[in-house]
Amino acid sequence: MIPELGQFSLVLAAVMSVLLGVLPLWGTLRPNPTLQALARPLALLQFVLVALSFACLAYAFLNNDFSVKYVANHSNSLLPKPYQFAAVWGGHEGSLLLWMLMLTGWAAAVALFSQTLPLVMVARVLGVMGLITVGFMLFILFTSNPFDRLFPVPADGRDLNPLLQDPGLVIHPPMLYMGYVGMSVAFAFAIAALLSGRLDAAWARWSRPWTVIAWAFLTLGIGLGSWWAYYELGWGGWWFWDPVENASLMPWLVGTALIHSLMVTEKRGSFKAWTVLLAIAAFSLSLLGTFLVRSGVLTSVHAFATDPTRGVFILIFLAIVVGASLTLFAWRAPQVTLGGSMGVVSRESFMLLNSVLLVVATGAVLLGTLYPLVIDALNLGKLSVGPPYFNLVFAPLMVPLLFILVPGTIARWREAHVSEMFQELRWVGAASLLLAIGLPFVWGPWSIGTALGVFLGMWVALGSLHNMVNRLRKPGRIGGSFWGQHLAHFGLAVVVLGITGVKSYEVERDVRMGLGQTVTIEPYTFRLVDMVDVNGPNYKATQAHVEVVKNDKVIHVLYPEKRRYFSTAMPMTEAAIRSNFFGDLYVSLGDPIAGDTPSWSMRVYHKPFVPWLWVGVLLMVTGGMVAALDRRYRRRDISAQLKTVGEAMSNPV
Amino acid sequence: MKKFLIPLALFFGLVAFLAVGLKRDPREIPSPLVGKPAPAFSLPTLTGDQPFSPADYKGQVWLFNVWATWCVACREEHPLLVEFSKTQSVPIIGLSYKEVQAADQTNGPLSDDAKLSLARERSLRFLQRQGDPYKLSVMDLDGSVGIDYGVYGVPETYVIDREGIIRYKQVGPVTPEILETKLLPLIRQLEKS
Repeated sequence: MIPELGQFSLVLAAVMSVLLGVLPLWGTLRPNPTLQALARPLALLQFVLVALSFACLAYAFLNNDFSVKYVANHSNSLLPKPYQFAAVWGGHEGSLLLWMLMLTGWAAAVALFSQTLPLVMVARVLGVMGLITVGFMLFILFTSNPFDRLFPVPADGRDLNPLLQDPGLVIHPPMLYMGYVGMSVAFAFAIAALLSGRLDAAWARWSRPWTVIAWAFLTLGIGLGSWWAYYELGWGGWWFWDPVENASLMPWLVGTALIHSLMVTEKRGSFKAWTVLLAIAAFSLSLLGTFLVRSGVLTSVHAFATDPTRGVFILIFLAIVVGASLTLFAWRAPQVTLGGSMGVVSRESFMLLNSVLLVVATGAVLLGTLYPLVIDALNLGKLSVGPPYFNLVFAPLMVPLLFILVPGTIARWREAHVSEMFQELRWVGAASLLLAIGLPFVWGPWSIGTALGVFLGMWVALGSLHNMVNRLRKPGRIGGSFWGQHLAHFGLAVVVLGITGVKSYEVERDVRMGLGQTVTIEPYTFRLVDMVDVNGPNYKATQAHVEVVKNDKVIHVLYPEKRRYFSTAMPMTEAAIRSNFFGDLYVSLGDPIAGDTPSWSMRVYHKPFVPWLWVGVLLMVTGGMVAALDRRYRRRDISAQLKTVGEAMSNPV
Repeated sequence: MKKFLIPLALFFGLVAFLAVGLKRDPREIPSPLVGKPAPAFSLPTLTGDQPFSPADYKGQVWLFNVWATWCVACREEHPLLVEFSKTQSVPIIGLSYKEVQAADQTNGPLSDDAKLSLARERSLRFLQRQGDPYKLSVMDLDGSVGIDYGVYGVPETYVIDREGIIRYKQVGPVTPEILETKLLPLIRQLEKS
């Protein structure tokens, strides 16, 4: 009964989304304020119905209702309760329902927190979001219904993929989807602006906080995915250039370009067409990511059960959404007026360079991700593109990007003076250079790559600190967007230092160990002291006790496990990780090796600076949130805002 | 106007490639072994009568199916194989691949004999319950024959002709569609020649 209720409320939600996609937009054409005013209640109703549907599916999971096919395939009565709940999005159908919940949730949030927007704009934005919802509703109802029943009813479920039975899974997909789907808000604002024909500073201002929040979620989602891969897969890697990772990185890169470009459009009225194009591209890449992950056109470690009809559906949907918006763009963009003039060296030119570098990087990732598919489509053979390609093309683009970041934050609008900027930044530059030369000597073998990484990281970190200190010395209230900006930049610097550190100084040992044997990675010695059996709720495990000895003292005991889940018999590696400020000690247990005395293969890693990656990501996320909550976005008085924009344009700050 | 159409044109180029890509299977990797003689081996069988070697089947077309009781996808194709063995004259030889896994040896590694008897016991029980499509199964406990055949996932199915040449390799479970459109026509053609 409950699953039918979920199904019914999903169908009702689909009806609401059709109404939302048609009536308010029709109302903007008539123009009819009554129809426009329907946008908010319809968006809220649609969200409530999807939430109810989601709750019904969660109920089916928590009550082990294996008559629902999706539950039978992704849960098990022995599965711990929190994972039974997380299993709701452990497969294709349920994760799509979660996606819908987020999409309608964003629309509901726009409906609630858009009091300062003119009604006609709200009607357009929500109408566009309604149309996107219609597409996904059709997709879920016709190709991926999570409420399909199964007969005969199995005694127990097939269990959730053991790889996904992990706290990381509980939060990683929701955060990532929040980011993906959040880009639909920026997209809806851009389309609404194109529809109105008024691509002005006000539009950029309205869409900025939403875009930044979506970007922050996307950042968090990617960070969590990386963290999960690091400790759950047991290989000690944190980024694999896997197609699915790339699918999330591309909207992030374009989204990053978008939040910077939006600033220029808001402050100076420039780059309008470009900003709109970035907003369309960011959401299109989110859709493309969905397509790549769920259609099975590329091989990936993220094995979703694939189905060609789903691929065809998403591709058609992608073609309609993106095709229509790019057509609208080609029609409206030529009418856009140019913004204020800009000098060769100015805040604007740095922002332009930022956009170009990020877009080129996105293109490089896109090319590498799709290249195997293109070659296959042209009948030129089968191949795969690996990390060497991505590292080779990606890193050289990030070097100039990180370098221009610092002057970009201090350059004046319209016309900046190189000599002034040099004057201001020379101590930051000198300090970064000294640290870049000095620190690698202290840490270990000196190399030019390490020095470059340290320089860029320090340059951005010290540059951000310099700006903050400078600003604190001046009077006046400091807005959230200032703190947010510098916090996020500082976080990026921490990530860069972390990547540099781990890439330069990680030590990996694959060894065979018997009881009592040791392996040494200076200054740590790892000793296997015991092997015990452990029983989990739905698995049995072998657990190794590994002592870490430093200066003849046992400083930690690590407990890596090899688990065997009852339902799948798939062996799973649970790495044991000990983190501190400077890095991780990482031990993962492999297979037993035949021989006279029992021994096991083990991977023992010293991963310096890995925690910096996670801390840096969290700083970036916090920065994004702080910036989005800036008070000026919540001011009701639009005309006053427009006036300040006008002033900003005439008097460069 | 024209320059604003560039993104649209680029996008439709991309969609065209994606559409073609949808029709391809990225997991379908041409095996370098297709057209080459099936690698020789001699392994104990499941029932323990006599060791089996591919040379024994020279002169007839046969299927070589890689399976294990722990492999979930194998259960998917199993009923189809059972059906096939009842209706078709072509024998299926099973390769029981790494039946004994690390998780079976949580109390330390098992001896080779213990592994073999555990693998036999479990496989026989499985075949009794699910039906036995195999003429016989050989026990590849350490996976060395799997390496010779380039096995990178279970299940896999090879079609081997009268001369002992590998003619086709199916990665992943055999579906009714693959059986109908690929395996059966190929088998018929090989049997005629």
